Amino acid sequence: MKSFTYERPATPAEAAAAVARNPEAKFIAGGTNLLDLMKLQIETPTHLVDVNGLTLDAIEPTPEGGLRIGALVRNTDLAADARVRRDYAVLSRALLAGASGQLRNKATTAGNLLQRTRCPYFYDTAQACNKRQPGSGCSALDGISRGLAVIGASEHCIATHPGDMAVAMRVLDATVETVDGGGATRSIPIAEFHRLPGDKPETDTTLRAGELITAVTLPKPPGGRHVYRKVRDRASYAYALVSVAAVVQPDGTGRVAFGGVAHRPWRVEEAEAELPKGAKAVTARAFAGARPTHDNGFKLTLAERTLGAALHEAQAPGREGVRP
Amino acid sequence: MKFDTPAGQNPIDQLKVVGKATDRIDGKYKTTGTAPYAYERHDVAPNQAYGYVLGATIAKGRVRGIDTAAARRAPGVVAIVTTLDTPRLERGRMNAAYLFGGDAIQHYHQAVAVVVAETFEQARAAAFLVRVDYAPEPGRFDLAAEAPAAPPVGGNSGEGSGAAGAERVGDFEGAFAQAPVQLDATYATADESHAMMEPHATIAAWTGDRLTLWTSNQMIAWSKGSVAKILGLKPENVRVDSPYVGGGFGGKLFVRADAVLAALGARAAGRPVKVALTRPLIANNTTHRPATIQRIRLGATKDGTLTAIGHESTSGNLADGKPETAVDQTKLLYAGANRLTAMKLARLDLPEGNAMRAPGEAPGLLALEVAMDEMAEKLGIDPVEFRIRNDTQTDPMKPGRRFSHRNLVGCLRTGAEKFGWAKRNPTPGQVRDGRFLVGIGMAAGFRNNLLVKSGARVRLDRDGRVTVETDMTDIGTGSYTIIAQTAAEMMGVPLDRVVVRLGDSDFPASAGSGGQFGANNATSGVYAACVQLREAVAQRLGINSADAVFANGQVRSGNRAVPLGEAAQAGELSAVDAIEYGDLAKTYQQSTFAGHFVEVGVDADTAEVRVRRMLAVCAAGRILNPKSARSQVIGGMTMGVGAALMEELAVDTRRGFFVNHDLAGYEVPVHADIPRQEVIFLDEADPISSPMKAKGVGELGICGVGAAVANAVYNATGVRVRDFPITLDKLIERMPDAA
Repeated sequence: MKSFTYERPATPAEAAAAVARNPEAKFIAGGTNLLDLMKLQIETPTHLVDVNGLTLDAIEPTPEGGLRIGALVRNTDLAADARVRRDYAVLSRALLAGASGQLRNKATTAGNLLQRTRCPYFYDTAQACNKRQPGSGCSALDGISRGLAVIGASEHCIATHPGDMAVAMRVLDATVETVDGGGATRSIPIAEFHRLPGDKPETDTTLRAGELITAVTLPKPPGGRHVYRKVRDRASYAYALVSVAAVVQPDGTGRVAFGGVAHRPWRVEEAEAELPKGAKAVTARAFAGARPTHDNGFKLTLAERTLGAALHEAQAPGREGVRP
Repeated sequence: MKFDTPAGQNPIDQLKVVGKATDRIDGKYKTTGTAPYAYERHDVAPNQAYGYVLGATIAKGRVRGIDTAAARRAPGVVAIVTTLDTPRLERGRMNAAYLFGGDAIQHYHQAVAVVVAETFEQARAAAFLVRVDYAPEPGRFDLAAEAPAAPPVGGNSGEGSGAAGAERVGDFEGAFAQAPVQLDATYATADESHAMMEPHATIAAWTGDRLTLWTSNQMIAWSKGSVAKILGLKPENVRVDSPYVGGGFGGKLFVRADAVLAALGARAAGRPVKVALTRPLIANNTTHRPATIQRIRLGATKDGTLTAIGHESTSGNLADGKPETAVDQTKLLYAGANRLTAMKLARLDLPEGNAMRAPGEAPGLLALEVAMDEMAEKLGIDPVEFRIRNDTQTDPMKPGRRFSHRNLVGCLRTGAEKFGWAKRNPTPGQVRDGRFLVGIGMAAGFRNNLLVKSGARVRLDRDGRVTVETDMTDIGTGSYTIIAQTAAEMMGVPLDRVVVRLGDSDFPASAGSGGQFGANNATSGVYAACVQLREAVAQRLGINSADAVFANGQVRSGNRAVPLGEAAQAGELSAVDAIEYGDLAKTYQQSTFAGHFVEVGVDADTAEVRVRRMLAVCAAGRILNPKSARSQVIGGMTMGVGAALMEELAVDTRRGFFVNHDLAGYEVPVHADIPRQEVIFLDEADPISSPMKAKGVGELGICGVGAAVANAVYNATGVRVRDFPITLDKLIERMPDAA
């Protein structure tokens, strides 16, 4: 960890301005990812802008009938919110599938969206990694890549977004609200929030320098049955090999997004048209053009079978779920 | 005390304290945070500075230069010692890798410098400013690629298992070729990390040329000698103190870089220095359980009698490193007239492979006990019955040499009954519970019982308090408690009148903690010292020691009863002795046995394996403390689940290192992975083992568990995976139709 200076601004715009004027500054909220990365000097901010004091921790209804989730709402609180559990159960389930109780108590909604990949080569500063050190190369391409991306990757990076919450946010068509240093606000659809690596894998999202997330807004409840199915090597406290977030309507239509397979939550809207035909038809479309590594081809089979299980769960009468 | 004839009746047989389920006497200190571990011993030496170890970032080659200029200018930096400042240091006991000094890099994350600063954060920040210029060289990192040309190499684990390059009985090849039923299968086990909770950590302080290390170590006497050898000191000028150890599993059997660099850092800084290895360093800087490739050939008659048993294992290691002794148990577990066991060792440039909980047996039984399951199926014989049919009461390699006490059959029969084995459907893939395919598997567990000299001092004060001092360690196992129980039983006092002090090299040398030999030997050493103390008490009180009864805090002889403390009124009484063994271990084969039974559910869609029930039935001599022994066994069972289902140091065969070098990447079972675990100890005592009539259980618990898990996965799915760990990617393409 490099030494850093630290401030606690009074307003979101001040916070954004503080980061905008210093290229070596970063926001810190729960710090559950950033502090670890700073200890390993994967992240080396020289200035931290602590946003925890900003009052961005409310969950409020929107005029459109949705929910506005403050950027600082802790994962535990969001997962436990009665409205979320009733109307957006896929989000609650995704949150509870992530990390551990202690981490969820600390981790925030905005911070969760910004967590960085768990690619092992990203985590070893002696290894080439274009995400950590642009232009140095990608050690993972022909290395240990069992957990890495099967689709949407590039020759520069095959990292995955490691989170669960964002996969649910993606299937719920959330919107990320931001403010910049000048006080200007912006709404970014979640579909446009996380990037594919392309030739700039160092950039995970479309946030601009200094732009601060203030909230994540959910549109009005989608109805249907909600399922989040996370597949992992152990029963808890592990990243997804594959996860599926699904919202399925009584007529068999619905939405589905996959985690653990790409640099961002993976949702292909055109593939959702195949949902009534079953998992195989959906994944055939959703994963068309997939390029697994020598290590992770199993994820394609797993995605199909996990979606099958999720659809089965959504259709099974008497199972826990959300009624329209 | 020489132990060379089987134990007769002795005071331990009263079992007033020994043999009773007893809470850990150190438990209250651990649960309240008042048991200081090495890194927390702020009080032992003033003015401690912090050392941060820098690991090499190549796997093989040379260090051309180290630029410390920027680091030396960094805030708070007190001293920097680099590997180029130091001639290559000697190696300590059981070290294959050189720990520090010189320009040669043998493996990734080998220590190349220690940066000492006023705070940990300053030391860490400055370490990132050290620039190391490497000349990398190509290395050999791929066991599968090197295995075909690997030469036969014998060796032992240093803690109980060993085998020759090749050992034969009868005509294995001929018998195998003629066997009506044959199995020939190859298994692979992964490199594994000890992943103990407490990292390797040491505080070092010099007084002139005397060095004290407050550290975390399993084997104090070995380490004292090793530190002296590595640093060129006289052994009498080295003190090692390790009263609490937060897990070792074999990773702390020997001196590692934390101790060496704390000592060098303290010398350079002119003040005490503390060093802990960071989690990312532990996988590649320290030792690991080496991966193996094992071929097993079994030949049997149609009635299930084994006629040929062949087990060949290949592992890899650094030059001077040892083979993983995975074939050891195969020499002893089953009868069979024609036998072959063989080991090969490939030279690899990965970090050092060395002992980890049940070195040899743990990976060896993963292969052998799956092979036995496969063979039972080929024969159409129940796996429990197949094993019982091939039980032996004598050493199959040396007919005429009996086991001191062997009740594997009792373990298997009891386990089968308690677990409901009879209800198992022998046809795989038939049992469904909701989304899970359910299967049941079993395996035999086997681990030798080692006899190692062990000493102790026992003191009696005027208040009747008994203090035991020995350099024995408690690595979370419960040594404090069983030693207190032993002294309480021998001296006839309640447990709370016994004080136990451990882990200090100024105390008499003990067996230490390794090879599941700690409990039996260390308590036997305490027994020996207590026999001497009883003699001294009797003499002081003018009682014939043969007539003296030590009970209820008193010494009785005829009608006379005297409080024990009376004997120390004129001054503390102290006795030192050690247990030393004759050749009973040669005359008899001494081993411990288990039957492991496991039920798993395999998700029919995703192939995730989740353990549902576990049972271990153990036959391991007298159980000194059923409560801590149970903890040992369930800990071993948990580790066995890890080996079967998830633990693997992933090797980057291009760059030569273990990639998943933190606890997010190297997965061990979490609570949610472990269901109800039941442990049954068969009621036995083995007078050939020691005066305690006990054996070890610390490693028995892991031996065979993973195979029972694997056999249960097969029973659930019909998919046989021979490449551990059994992760879902190895099952998913072959899963039965999910319909």
